[in-house]
Amino acid sequence: MTESKELMAKEKQELTTRGEQMQPGLVFTPAVDIFETDREITILADMPGVAADGIKIDLQDNVLTLSGDVKPWEDAGKSDVLVEFEIGKYYRQFTLSEVIDQNKIEAKLENGVLRLNLPKAEKALPRQITVKTA
Amino acid sequence: MITRRIYNFPAMGRQNPFEEMDRMSRQLNLLTNAMFGSADLPFSPSGVFPAVNITEDVKKYYVRAELPGLKANEINLQVSGRNLSISGERKIQLEGKNAKYHRREREEGRFSRIIGLPGDLNADSVEANMVNGVLTIAIAKSEAAKPKQITVK
Repeated sequence: MTESKELMAKEKQELTTRGEQMQPGLVFTPAVDIFETDREITILADMPGVAADGIKIDLQDNVLTLSGDVKPWEDAGKSDVLVEFEIGKYYRQFTLSEVIDQNKIEAKLENGVLRLNLPKAEKALPRQITVKTA
Repeated sequence: MITRRIYNFPAMGRQNPFEEMDRMSRQLNLLTNAMFGSADLPFSPSGVFPAVNITEDVKKYYVRAELPGLKANEINLQVSGRNLSISGERKIQLEGKNAKYHRREREEGRFSRIIGLPGDLNADSVEANMVNGVLTIAIAKSEAAKPKQITVK
């Protein structure tokens, strides 16, 4: 194992291109890890502050849309001392290159990290073909 | 600042110019606030992880930080004098040998930060909660630091 590095504060990436929103407010793109095995594609997205019922996952025409609504903190009667990060929704879209079995999609939210398992459809699984010799 | 573009985003290519202007004006605000300080918008990123938001009411200070993926027991908090220290390590577990990565944007590493609060604290009355990746720490102000209501006779 290599020595772990220091984390640096990164400003949240604001979404720059998107159709007009219904509600005013900031929209950020969550940082994601995407990896693939033979059977499935997994997406991990950092969405701090989003509760499980605030997450919407939509897969349509090979476009996967992740969105997460953040409830503002109940800060009535409190005044700001220091503001270093802003709060807003999360939104990100991906175009999938594989055929996904829609019925088997699984999503799990743990400590503000969304884990999305997208199992590949049967026909998209790689098949090992053995060549027989006569 | 580096702006990441999403290439496969459908609306790419026809950006709303005003949206970009809004963004620029907000960032300019950040810059001027950081340089000269501003009373109405104390927005001043320090660049140290984690970024924190601090609010206060009459009795307490509330410190919030976004720490996605960290469990409550992986965060080390200490209060001494007027300082609050937050430290820990964010680990991203390995995903089998067969996993082929397409994107890797989430980062792991150690962090440690000391935040100086503007008033005296009561170190015996600190509450910390971790909900959905957001850490909230409520620290009571010391009796001396609380504002006193004075009645005019």
